[in-house]
Amino acid sequence: MNKYKLKYKPLGSIAALVEWPKEIQEPILKNISIFRNKIHADMGEYVLETVPAYNSLTVFFDTSKIKYSGVVADLKEIYATKDQKLLTAYKLWKIPVCYDKKFALDLSEICKAKKISREKFIALHSSGLYDVYFIGFLPGFLYLGGLDEKLHFKRRDKPRREIKRGDVGIAGNQTGVYPRVSPGGWNIIGNSPLSFFDVDKFPPCFAVAGDKVQFVPIGLEEYEKILKQVESGNYVPQSEVYG
Amino acid sequence: MFHKVRYMDNNILILSDSLQTSVQDLGRKGYRSFGVPISGTMDKYSAILANKLLNNDEDLPVLEITMTGPKIMFEDHTLFVLTGADLSPELNGKPIQMNHAYSVRTSDVLSFGKMNMGVRAYLGVKGGFLTEKVMGSYSMYDGVTPKSTVKKGDRLRIASYESELEITTSKLKVKPSHFTTKKLEVTKGPEYNRLTKKQRDKLFSMTFKIDPLCNRMGYQMKNKFPPLKNNEIITSITIPGTVQITPSGKLIVMMRDCPTTGGYARILQLTDMAINQLAQKKENDRFKFDLESSFEFLGRLVSRFRD
Repeated sequence: MNKYKLKYKPLGSIAALVEWPKEIQEPILKNISIFRNKIHADMGEYVLETVPAYNSLTVFFDTSKIKYSGVVADLKEIYATKDQKLLTAYKLWKIPVCYDKKFALDLSEICKAKKISREKFIALHSSGLYDVYFIGFLPGFLYLGGLDEKLHFKRRDKPRREIKRGDVGIAGNQTGVYPRVSPGGWNIIGNSPLSFFDVDKFPPCFAVAGDKVQFVPIGLEEYEKILKQVESGNYVPQSEVYG
Repeated sequence: MFHKVRYMDNNILILSDSLQTSVQDLGRKGYRSFGVPISGTMDKYSAILANKLLNNDEDLPVLEITMTGPKIMFEDHTLFVLTGADLSPELNGKPIQMNHAYSVRTSDVLSFGKMNMGVRAYLGVKGGFLTEKVMGSYSMYDGVTPKSTVKKGDRLRIASYESELEITTSKLKVKPSHFTTKKLEVTKGPEYNRLTKKQRDKLFSMTFKIDPLCNRMGYQMKNKFPPLKNNEIITSITIPGTVQITPSGKLIVMMRDCPTTGGYARILQLTDMAINQLAQKKENDRFKFDLESSFEFLGRLVSRFRD
């Protein structure tokens, strides 16, 4: 596990922020996931929760049981162990997306600017295997990595006041799905009928950091069919084990 | 059986709309890695005080009332207390005191008037509010709980109350400085070291003025602060009290409903008490940041003496 030179910083008095090199890359994601699993296994006595991001992991601790310096000492000791095993099986999630004109508000503009056909764009977007780095910003918003460079496109100059639940967007080198209605500046290229955040389930999100995601193009008819199943609670997100 | 259920079901009825009123407890813990904000009462100090005055557990849900209060009718007998901001409360048209427990009967009406001191008042009831608990918390938050605010016509369930068990004379005086302090205690944020010496001096000498953009998610400052050369960070954690600086040099203090992650440099971190104090401030109020004399600093001092 002891692969990177980590930085440790206090976040107020309640958490330790652990930082990896300032890069977005899969080996760092893997290293964070292993460390995170190990922390939960070995430091569960006083660790309240851990929050991963692209190149950081924040460890919230019970201030009545330990001080920041003690937490950092334990973290350093755990990170120094040679254990390389991934403790969790990761999954590849198949996310149905309808790229129909009805939803893809900005797809024509992007294709025009990039001089590629809609078909080519959809083929590229749906062939990528995207890494789930973490969930943040909104409940159930997956931060994905691995968008094909040919599909990078700048944020809209004027953000939309309302982006629909399930809208699939592109902003710079990122792609993602809005889990609920929200204002936003991403370019909208389709919509997924799936529910990305469900308060009645535990865990509330089907994907976790370390998983992968692939978008599967569907037509309007299929979209309506899946949406009905999702709304009635009868849809199980499709996945396969990988890694 | 029907009678028993009816008897157990004690309520308050919201008779009018207000600016922003919601049920809050001490927050939704353990769901940040799913993107769920911690939420909870903006001024925890005042909320805990309300519960303490009622001999409640300190984490019971209370009603957070912002600047203008709704008219509230008690449909059942209970004991209540108001803490936090003084919004000129009246019971059945007669002025009542803050931080003082009152016993009410069916049809008693609580109303509010002028904002005298502070911004957020807390209404605690004996046994707490019994609205929907989602993911371990009663705190209302859009997309997590069925309702995000309390509106006219809403009926909120409260714990049933047996008056004979409780005799209270709890009363307490809260220091006005909780509402009027001009100094907010901070520690260094993760990107504090990106500030130049000049910027650091300015950060602690400048008087900051609150922008109209101030709510449960965050408080923006009106001042223009010299922007950082290297402002962006790879998206990382933000927590209540994190002070971010935008590319144009605006400071934003994250509050209880803030997103779990952000992409701007985090230069300072408010202590929890400082968040409580800021939560009682409004547009155009002013304050300075006050760097906490940290253990780290004391540690350095000690090692210097050792040298």
